[in-house]
Parts: sequence; C-alpha cells; structure tokens
Amino acid sequence: MGVGIEVRGLNAWYGKNLSLKSIDMTMPANHVTAVIGPSGCGKSTFVRCLNRMHETIPEARAEGTVRVGEMDVYGSGADPVEVRRRIGMVFQKPNPFPTMSIYGNVAAGLKLNGFRNRRQMDQLVERSLRLAALWDEVKDHLHKKSGASLSGGQQQRLCIARALAVEPEVLLMDEPASALDPISTSKIEELIFQLKQHYTVVIVTHNMQQAARVAELTGFFLMGSLIEFDKTEKIFTAPADKRTEDYVTGRFG
Amino acid sequence: MLRASQSTLRPLSLRRRLANHGATFFALATSILVLVPLIAIFVYLVIKGVGAINWDFLTKTPKPVGEAGGGMANAIVGSGIILLISSLIGIPLGIGSGIYLAEYGRNRFGDLVRFTADVLNGVPSIVIGIAAYSLVVVPQRHFSALSGGVALGIMMIPTVARATEEMLLMVPNAVREAAFGLGISKWRTTLSITLRTASAGVITGCMLAFARVAGETAPLLFTAFGNQFWNLNPNQPTAALPLQIFVYAISPFEEWHRQAWAGALILILMIVGSVAAVRITTSRGRLKGAA
Amino acid sequence: MNPPQPLGDLPKPVTSIPSLARIEAERPQQQPAAALQKIRQSHPRSSRVSDSFFRYIILLSAISVFAIVVLVVWELVAKSQLSLHQFGLRFFYGRNWDPVNGDFGALPFVYGTLVSSFIALLLAVPVSVGVAVFITEMCPQALRAIISFLVELLAAIPSVIYGLWAIFVLAPLLREYVEPFLAKSFGWTGLFTGPAYGLGMLAAGIILAIMIVPIVASITREVLTAVPQNQREAVLALGATRWEMIRTGVLRNARIGIVGGIILGLGRALGETMAVTMVIGNRPDIVKSLFAPGYTMASVIANEFSEATGDLYLSALVEIGLALFLVTLIVNALARLLVWSITGGQARANA
Repeated sequence: MGVGIEVRGLNAWYGKNLSLKSIDMTMPANHVTAVIGPSGCGKSTFVRCLNRMHETIPEARAEGTVRVGEMDVYGSGADPVEVRRRIGMVFQKPNPFPTMSIYGNVAAGLKLNGFRNRRQMDQLVERSLRLAALWDEVKDHLHKKSGASLSGGQQQRLCIARALAVEPEVLLMDEPASALDPISTSKIEELIFQLKQHYTVVIVTHNMQQAARVAELTGFFLMGSLIEFDKTEKIFTAPADKRTEDYVTGRFG
Repeated sequence: MLRASQSTLRPLSLRRRLANHGATFFALATSILVLVPLIAIFVYLVIKGVGAINWDFLTKTPKPVGEAGGGMANAIVGSGIILLISSLIGIPLGIGSGIYLAEYGRNRFGDLVRFTADVLNGVPSIVIGIAAYSLVVVPQRHFSALSGGVALGIMMIPTVARATEEMLLMVPNAVREAAFGLGISKWRTTLSITLRTASAGVITGCMLAFARVAGETAPLLFTAFGNQFWNLNPNQPTAALPLQIFVYAISPFEEWHRQAWAGALILILMIVGSVAAVRITTSRGRLKGAA
Repeated sequence: MNPPQPLGDLPKPVTSIPSLARIEAERPQQQPAAALQKIRQSHPRSSRVSDSFFRYIILLSAISVFAIVVLVVWELVAKSQLSLHQFGLRFFYGRNWDPVNGDFGALPFVYGTLVSSFIALLLAVPVSVGVAVFITEMCPQALRAIISFLVELLAAIPSVIYGLWAIFVLAPLLREYVEPFLAKSFGWTGLFTGPAYGLGMLAAGIILAIMIVPIVASITREVLTAVPQNQREAVLALGATRWEMIRTGVLRNARIGIVGGIILGLGRALGETMAVTMVIGNRPDIVKSLFAPGYTMASVIANEFSEATGDLYLSALVEIGLALFLVTLIVNALARLLVWSITGGQARANA
C-alpha cells in the first residue's frame, strides 16, 4: 500500500534564484494529488524535490522537510539513491532505454538493486506490465523488441511499468501525458485511477481537465508558492483565492 | 501475488557503494595519468632545451660531426620557406573548396568532395610524402623545398576546407539575403560579407592546419630531404626544423642530442606562438556584437 | 476566455549587420525569390560574368581536392606495379626483407604495425574512456575546460618531439625500472624476455598509446555528451548510484560511438611514423618478446625510402605505402560510420 507525503517548509534554489518558497503540503496515502499552475510556477521543481532529483542539476539545491511514510527524505541519514528507489518517477517525455528489450527495461531497476532470481524477476516484470496495462500488448515480444520500438503511448506505459517494478511507495508523474495523443492520454488517465489503489500518486499537469478527471486533491502553485490546496472539486468550482479562480477560469496561463 | 518487498530489495549494498567509489577513483586516476606525460614532456623540453639555446644556435649552421657549437639557423629558416610554400598551396585551395562546399556544393558532387577531403585527412603523412616524391621530386630529379611544401600543402587542405565550410554554414542565410536584396553580386557577397563574417573561424582553421604541418617530419624525409648548409632556393634540398631534430636525436653524438632538445623547444614555441598570435589578432579585430 | 490579440505589424526581417538592416527596413518588402529574379534581369552583364568566373574558380578548387586524392592513389598504384607483379600476394606473408638480394617480404612490418597498434589500444582505451567519463560526468564545471584543454594539448605535440622524449626519457625508464619488473613478474608469458634495451616494441606501443589518447578521449566525450539527459534521469530515478547511472544510462547508449572512437584511434596508430621509428629499434624480425626491436610499415618507408637503390626496392616500399593507405582508408571510414550513427552527423571526427 502507499504512504502519505508530508512537506514542511520546502525551499528550492536554482543557483541564487529561489524557485520554491516555503511549501507546506500534505498528500494523503492512496490518493491522487494533482499539482497545477502556469509555466514556471515551480510545479515540476516541487515534484522533483520529493525524490531528490532536483539536486542532480548543477548548482540546484533544496532545503526543508519531506516525509514520505516514516522516511525523512532530506534527513541527515538519508541516501538519495535509496530515496529514489522508494519513490518512483515518470517523466514528461517517455524515456525507455533504447538498447534494452521491453523485458530489460522493466527489469532494469530490479537488476540495479541486486535482484538475481530469474523466475521471480519474470513474475515481477509480468506484474508490473499488467499494472501498467501493457502486458497483453507486449507479452509475446518481451525479449525481442527494444524499448524504443513501441508507440509513444506504449513507451510511456513501459516507463510506468519500469518505475513500478522496484515497488516504490509513491509514484511521481511529471506531465506524463503531455507528449501523447488523446487516446493514449485517456489510457494513462485510466491507469492512474487504478494505480491509486496500490500507490500514492502525485501528478503534475498543465491540463486542468486532466486534474479534474484523475485527482482527488489539487494544489495550485504560482511563482514558487502554494496558493491553494484543497479537494479538486472545490478548487475548480469554488476556489477560495482569487488567483486560483483567475487561473482555473483561464484568465491567465 | 509476489511482491518485491523491502527485504528483497536491500538498501544500498556495500558492493554497490564500493563499485561507485571505485569508478570515481579510476576515472580520476586516468585523468591524472594522462597529464603525467604532458607535464613531463614540457618540463624536459624546457630543462634540456633552454640550456642549449644560445645566439649561436639561432644564427649558425651545423658544424661537422664531432665539433662543438653550430646551430640550426638554416633549419629554422628552411622550415619557414617550406611552410610558406605549403600555406600558399593549402590555404587558397582549402578556402576555395570550403566556399564551394558551403555555397555551391549542397549536391552529389559536393558530397563526393567532402568525402575525398575526409579521406585525404586520414592518409598517413608518410604516404603523402611518397606521392609528393613521385609527383615533384622524380620529374625534377632532385629534392627540394618545393616538393616538401607540396606535401605539407596537401595535408593542410582538408583541415582548412572543413573549417571554412563549417564557419560559412554558421553564417545565417538572412545575411546573404540582405546583401542580395541590396543588389550585391553573389561573388562579392561571398567574399566581402559571408566570408568576412566567418573570418575568425576560418583563420583559426588555417592556423590549426599550419600548426599541424609545422611539426610534420615524415613527408619531408624524401622531399625536402634536409641540408647542412644555408639554402634559400626552394628548388634545392632544404633543411627543416623537425627533420633536423630527428636526425640529431637518432645520432650517437651527445652534442647533437643537446641541440635536438633545443630545436624541439623552438619548434613547440613556434607552434604555440602561432596559435596564440592568431587568437589575439582575431579577437582584437572582431566587430563588437557581430556574429 | 481572453479574445485573441489583434494582429500587429508584421515583424521586420532579421539581419545581423545593423546598417544593412536599416537600409533593408526602408525598402519595400519583396519575396526573396522575386528580388533575386529582378536582380538577375537588371544586372549589368559584367556582374553576371564575374559571378560565373568566381564560380568556376571555386569549382576548380573543389575539383583540385578531388584530383589530388586521385593523383595520390594513382601514383601509389603506378609506382608499386613492379613489386606487385614480382611478388604478388606473397609480398605480405614473406618474412624475408632482403634488399641486397632483391627479395622483399613485408610480413615483419605488418606484424610490427599490428602489434604496436594493439599495445597502444590496450593501454589507451581504458585511459581515454576514463578521462572522458571523468570530464563529462564527474568533473566539477570549473575544472572541465582546463582538463579538456590539457588533453587537447597532447594532440598538438608533433610526433618527432614525442620520439625525442621517448628516446631520452621513456626508454631509459623502461630499461631501468619497468622492463626488469615485467621480466620478473610476467616473464613466464614469453612476452617479457630477452635483454632489456628500453627501445623496442614495448616502447613503441607506449608512446603510441600516449599519442592516441587525445583522439579516443575526444570522440568518447562527444558521444557521451550526445546521450540525452533524460536517459540519465531515468536511471537515477530508479535508485541508481552515479556509477550505475553512467554504466546503464550513458556508456551503454554510447557504446557504438565509443567503438568508433577506438577504431579512429587505431587508424591513427597504424599510420604513425616518426615517434615509432625513433624507438622501435628498426629490425625486421618477428619475435614474441615485447622487449625486442621491431619494425613497422611506416618506419621502413621512413628509414629506407630516400636511400633505396633500384626500382624494385623503391617499388616494394611504395607497395607498403599503398597497403598502409588502403588499411587506414577502410579503418577511418568504418570509424566515421560508427560515430556518425550516434551523433547524427554533428560530430566531425578530428584526425
């Protein structure tokens, strides 16, 4: 089952620029939380801080408290490698490993983490592909086709399967469908809806209809600050803050 | 259903941590290892070379074997003559080909020329020497600075051509169209505007080619051939600095070894100096704000 | 929803030269093709003539490049005919190089070229890949420019200076320390036996290795940089250490290009003349031990060409040159193909 995420006083910098200003946010377990806002508001930065991907950019750093379950992500004993194993991420543009087969892609995380048992790996690969709703389409080509030979939507589902294979507690998705066609997008959205039974999902999206479709909770970011965080329904129908209302009604962004 | 529970996927194992540190150490070690011969060569050049450079060395010709003293003046001047000839051949042909490839050559023949220039670039320098021997030395029936210049000039062409082509292609088409729009002919546009905009890069390319052939010895072994005495006639065998270094280095004479180091120091200073000189002049002459 | 903005003035064409831009802005806007047509029609004859003249001169330069290569190949083939007819293919597996009796077999040189190049690759490849990985993946930004500049500097040193240094610094080092150590520890392999002169196959291999490191390192750097950032991120997000990220996300993707770089280094090693000639000992023998002197194809040409007596002797040497030309041609073409396939033609292999 998934775990909850608690963020307190998160600040993030790119060099000298403060791009996230003291974010406080609680994302409950087994829920889908959407993060919305105009370009440059810091939503991608926020999500990348949750699994310590933000600091892989040169001169970028983050400070604050991020608790995923009982794990203190920025704590003194925390190892970024371990953090990233336990928090999965799916990126905007599908990025399967082109030199590996479909099986190889899904198993990549397992192999890295020392998994050796071949039969167990087979089972886990199948499970992940089923969870990602890709199994039926690729089960006959697992070892023969390369990860890059699939269509865009399939590639993204492959990336989701790859992320799920290492059994994360949380799944972060940074605009996962923005590079896909409408049909693939709806498949991904269906998938997210089902995934929340097992995982906690945080999804960044610039598409407000998407947020309305898949997320129970939504946080609105603007210029590095969290303006409003509430049930999705409330954000879209009766937002408390005028800036939120301006954004969701399309007056800017 | 099977789950890869936390206990199967262990937290970061010692083996993985060691591998990570080991890789960092290896990469760092190789980087340092690479710098060792570089530093060693320069240090030895300076230590062994500086001692042997004196006024005599720079102004006198070699003394007969066994006698102390003498210098490499004829080799330094000879190199100058040979490099002048090679530049006169290599730079115009190189720039001309580069202009062709960029401005006229987006077609099959252009691809062919590009391919042959790449081929020429990869030919070992000694083989170019054989060709120059066949083409110039044999009909003339004697060695000459001219044949050496031909060999080195041929070697300069691909570098100059490629640099010219790349630099010209970087000039935005809007610049050319602005010139056409003013009624300037194509040839004048190409020379006065497009080429001038790209001039810094083209000059750098020429300089790189020059620096590369300045140190070449192999093609000169049987073209310029070398000379113990002064010779300013390009139609006669001529001494060259790299050649002289080679002959002295493999000789059994202590005195000649000393002079070989001195010659090597002069050679490396010549090469580094020409690179630096061009860098300075092109950056000073550049239009503020131009591409 | 916001109504669309009214269309403003169409933007002016962009030109880099401010004065020209100003003049251009004052002219009535025309399609470039139509403008060119008008120019061609309205131009005085002299300008069209000079345009054609210029075009022909430029074409001539391009043709000359092509012609030069054809000439080079022609001369090589023509001047080696004598030897080709005399010995045929057995030229390349004959072990006897005997100018006095007019019997020429080039196997010792082929052997020497291959062995010295192989040693060079063995030593240079791990070092070059290590340096490239360090520069692109591990090095702090500030050091990057300095280290890559220093590695490029290695490429600028002329071959004869490498040779000079190898004779007087490297060879004594080998003779005094390295070769005795190798003989003691690994002599049982048969590779490190016999008198340790310092000069010989091992010295040639080492100096060649130093000389090809810049090429292999620079190509490797280019292909590593060409790997998209999202591949690195994908591996990291799965919970990988930095080395695992480099191994799975970068090296794995770039491996074809790295092989291309290695082959390019091989091409350079095969044709390298001066430094090798100065330390390899120049004896046309085929001996297993790396301490023994050897001889390469390029070296025999360098040493014996200017003193070759007789047409057959010269022709034999030219035939070796022809073989060298063909081998480096194939090797370089293969290398370029591999590198191009990774970088999509952006990377131009630097010789």
